[in-house]
Amino acid sequence: MSAELLVQVEGLRRDYGARCAIRDLDFSVARGEVLGLLGPNGAGKSTTLQVLSGCLAATAGRVTLAGHDIVHAPRRAKSALGYLPEQPPLHRALTVDEYLDFCARLHGLRGARLRAARERAKARCGLVADGRRLIAQLSKGYQQRVGIAQAILHDPPVVILDEPTVGLDPNQIREIRALVHDLGREHAVILSTHILPEVEAVCDRVLILYQGRAVYSDRVAEAGRQGAATELVCAFRAPPEEERLAALDGVEQVEALGAGRFLLRHAPGAGPAETLVAAAVAGGWGLLELSPRRPTLEQLFVELTCREELA
Amino acid sequence: MSVLAVAGRELRGLFVTPFGWIALAVMQFVAAWLFLVQLEGFVQLQARLAAVAGAPGVTDLVVAPALAQVGVLLLLVMPLVSMRAISGERQAGTLQLLLAAPLSAGEIVLGKFLGALGFGLLALGLLGLMPLALLVGTALDLGKLLAGMLGLVLLVGTLAAIGLLLSTLVTQPAAAAAGTFGLLLLLWVADSGAPADSALAWISLSNHLQPFLRGIVDTADVAYYLLLTATCLVLSARRLEGGRRG
Repeated sequence: MSAELLVQVEGLRRDYGARCAIRDLDFSVARGEVLGLLGPNGAGKSTTLQVLSGCLAATAGRVTLAGHDIVHAPRRAKSALGYLPEQPPLHRALTVDEYLDFCARLHGLRGARLRAARERAKARCGLVADGRRLIAQLSKGYQQRVGIAQAILHDPPVVILDEPTVGLDPNQIREIRALVHDLGREHAVILSTHILPEVEAVCDRVLILYQGRAVYSDRVAEAGRQGAATELVCAFRAPPEEERLAALDGVEQVEALGAGRFLLRHAPGAGPAETLVAAAVAGGWGLLELSPRRPTLEQLFVELTCREELA
Repeated sequence: MSVLAVAGRELRGLFVTPFGWIALAVMQFVAAWLFLVQLEGFVQLQARLAAVAGAPGVTDLVVAPALAQVGVLLLLVMPLVSMRAISGERQAGTLQLLLAAPLSAGEIVLGKFLGALGFGLLALGLLGLMPLALLVGTALDLGKLLAGMLGLVLLVGTLAAIGLLLSTLVTQPAAAAAGTFGLLLLLWVADSGAPADSALAWISLSNHLQPFLRGIVDTADVAYYLLLTATCLVLSARRLEGGRRG
């Protein structure tokens, strides 16, 4: 990949006393990329992000943000970083404008540049009309927006968002996803979540953490092609017997879903769709629905994070 | 510059809640009461004092005791000012905002210290106006008053630094305040009953304030306050930095 690598993580490890929260973590994120950090609760997502942001020190390993080592050049590394922790770090007694101004000053912005940065962040997070409201009086969703506004305020090349859509309603989630997608064009974005569709919707790449280890790392588009089984869902107005479906070429197993719907399992690459349609027309079954069901990120996730538990 | 942003935020944080205003008002009220009692006593003694050659004047009999009482008031109030500095941020989850910002632990501590010191100086400024008001009716030894104020400024810095250190050590603001208060009280009374040249007398906060109130600015006393302040700030910064590893 030729794009500039803005986040580089090598051999990262973090212990809490005797307990190891994350180990042997290696990954990188380039400009223009959104990385989704996925994992069950307690997998080490937040710990990873806290180490990346310099809030926690790594036990071993290296973190480089925009080319600056977080330990040896923390000031430069952190200047390149916008971070939304799991719990938004909001000063509840301040108004939105006061709070954002303070955050901007922490990053060394002053005067006209400060005002411009604040207004731009507010516009991007849908807070334009709320500048003079007290943060304590905002709803959870709006507080989350203020948290995100704080993270993108100084236009950092690296944006780290720890569960940015928690507590938002579906419309707000869509807005935030659009924002993240937008950010992903010029920045390197790392996003942690346990909502799978979110990763599929906005992330270019996914890193699945399980018990502190990376168990899967690839492009989101690739995730859909992994896994062995492939399935086809079909529905008929005049459903035939199951045996007739099972007898079709390529069908390995038939499962009745009720109300004339069936789930057909077949070998990958040998879908029975064509023969099924022909049979349906010939038999007058009245085909109403025919949709292939691809293995999803969810199946992959369940497979990866439950497998080791059984082992 | 970001240090000043932290300091300004800390200072304003004390005044967006009623705490700052109430603390200032209560201090002013208590100090005024004590000051008027002192003044009343002086007025009653005045006739007899006039007969004695070389008798202490109003600065010694009213201003110096009033400033000493201000010192005690600061001792009571400063632990409440500094208690939230780090532990409150930790509890509210806002500390990460500072930790992830391009600031060193030292800069965060310095900003917090300047914020608490700012409050102390504001209180001192208001309280110092009272003895100054005597200028309307009489002459004061301004040198002595200034020396006393300098001593109090050094004291308030030390109080803020010790409070800040305790605030980095514990996670609950109330625990930080209680710890700071206990420690300050111990340091304040450390010299009681101890010989003047003992180590206990030397570490006493109040013992080093006395010369200032008599109008004596001794470098040893100045150094004592500055060293104690600097030590607490360095330890606070180290503790904050170490918290990332904890």
